[in-house]
Order: sequence, then C-alpha cells, then structure tokens
Amino acid sequence: MDAPVDAVERFTIQSESDIALVRRRVREVAQELGFDAFATAAITTAASELARNVWTHAHGGDSAIARVLDGRRKGVRLEFRDRGPGIPDLPRVLAGGYSTARSLGLGLSGSKRLVDEFHIESTPGRGTLVEVTKWARY
Amino acid sequence: MKRDSIPILRVGDTLLITVHTELHDTVAEAFQEDVLGAIERSGAAGLIIDISGLDMVDSYVARVLADTGRMARLMGTRSVLVGMRPEVAATLVRMGYPMEGVETALGVDDGLALLATARVR
Repeated sequence: MDAPVDAVERFTIQSESDIALVRRRVREVAQELGFDAFATAAITTAASELARNVWTHAHGGDSAIARVLDGRRKGVRLEFRDRGPGIPDLPRVLAGGYSTARSLGLGLSGSKRLVDEFHIESTPGRGTLVEVTKWARY
Repeated sequence: MKRDSIPILRVGDTLLITVHTELHDTVAEAFQEDVLGAIERSGAAGLIIDISGLDMVDSYVARVLADTGRMARLMGTRSVLVGMRPEVAATLVRMGYPMEGVETALGVDDGLALLATARVR
C-alpha cells in the first residue's frame, strides 16, 4: 500500500447525492487511466457501495480519490472515512453474512471482492476507515 | 428529479420500462410506485425492465430492480429484466449478488418472446 500517490481529490459525503458524485468521478478517473469496462464497473460499484455505507451507517464522512503509480502499473485508490458507530464484528461483516442496517455486510464484502487491495480499520464508537485499490490491467 | 423521468411504454399486453437514469435515493421508491401504478391501470400481463442504459448496478440498485419484479409478480404480472451489460453481470456475480429468482433475457425481443412462451404453457 505504499505506491506513490498522484493527484488526490477529496469529497465530503453529506447527502445521498454525494454518493453519485463520488461514483461519477471514480468512473472518470478509471477511464482516464485506461481501465477496461469490467475494471471500471468494478471500482465504480465498489465506490458506490462504500460511499453508501458512509452515508447509511454514519450519516456522512469523507472520501478521497487518488491515482497511484507503481512502476508501470496505474491504479485508483479510494479512501472512505467516517466517525460513525464503527463495526463491532468485522470478520462476520466481511464474510457477508451480517447486516445491521440492510446492506452493510453486502457492501463491504462485495466491494472487497471487486478490488485488488482492501484495508479496513474500525473502532466501535469512533468510526471506520476503508481503503481500496484497483489496478488497470494490460 | 421529476417523477415521470422514467418512460413506461405499452407493447401489446406488456409494459416496457427503460431505465437510464440512476435509480438512487428518492427516485427508487417513486420508480416502483410508478411501475406498479402503470400495471394496475393497464392490466398488463407482463413487465419488461430494460437496463441496457445502466453502466453500473450496485447492490442497492440491484435490490430495487429485484424488488420491483417481486412486487409486480405479487400483483400477478410476470416480469423480465433485460439488457444487462456484461460488465454489470460480472460485477454483480463477483460481489456475491447474482439477483437470484429474477428472470432475465438478453434484450427486449428475447424478453417479449419469453413472456409469450410463458403465457402458452
């Protein structure tokens, strides 16, 4: 997770329409980096799931979209950070069989399967940080 | 967004709905209500939802689409989801949301054919 990071764009998620805003920008960046339709759909969908989790479970938070370069590889790295209730049983949530407010488990386990790198930190009562990376394929 | 942003066409005794706006947020419930209202008014035997215009379907949109089909079925109208793009199908299966129980067809014509054969049986 220590590949050089290029241009970072930050977004605040404070309404439902911000989910669409983040998703649209992720799609644009992925296409600019030469992602094919499958990889673009994967990272855009992951962004949508994670942004929706921030909105649904924490009623808002912050996100960042970064272009990452690792040797000849180009990728998109996304960060979602909130100060919501956190996730008490992370392993179970990541296994996809758990859902407090409908889609938390599906959103996290699903987006984990769509990206190349997935990192999550969650402290009950403090909040959650999710960082994902998807690389372009050549 | 206006409630009438998603056009509903009638083809014979089938309703054809083409989704090309994002089904997020408050639009989703309005969409379902519009579709169910149109079924009641038209007495349509079949419902085709065309999503060839969607380049992304996340679990939220997938649930809205699947639920709409279930609601239609409860009313007695069979529904078929058509036009799913390859990258959308791949993404849904990879993320573990294959929309089980939802009838699908490649395109509108195939959807109409499926509904027609179903009626004969």
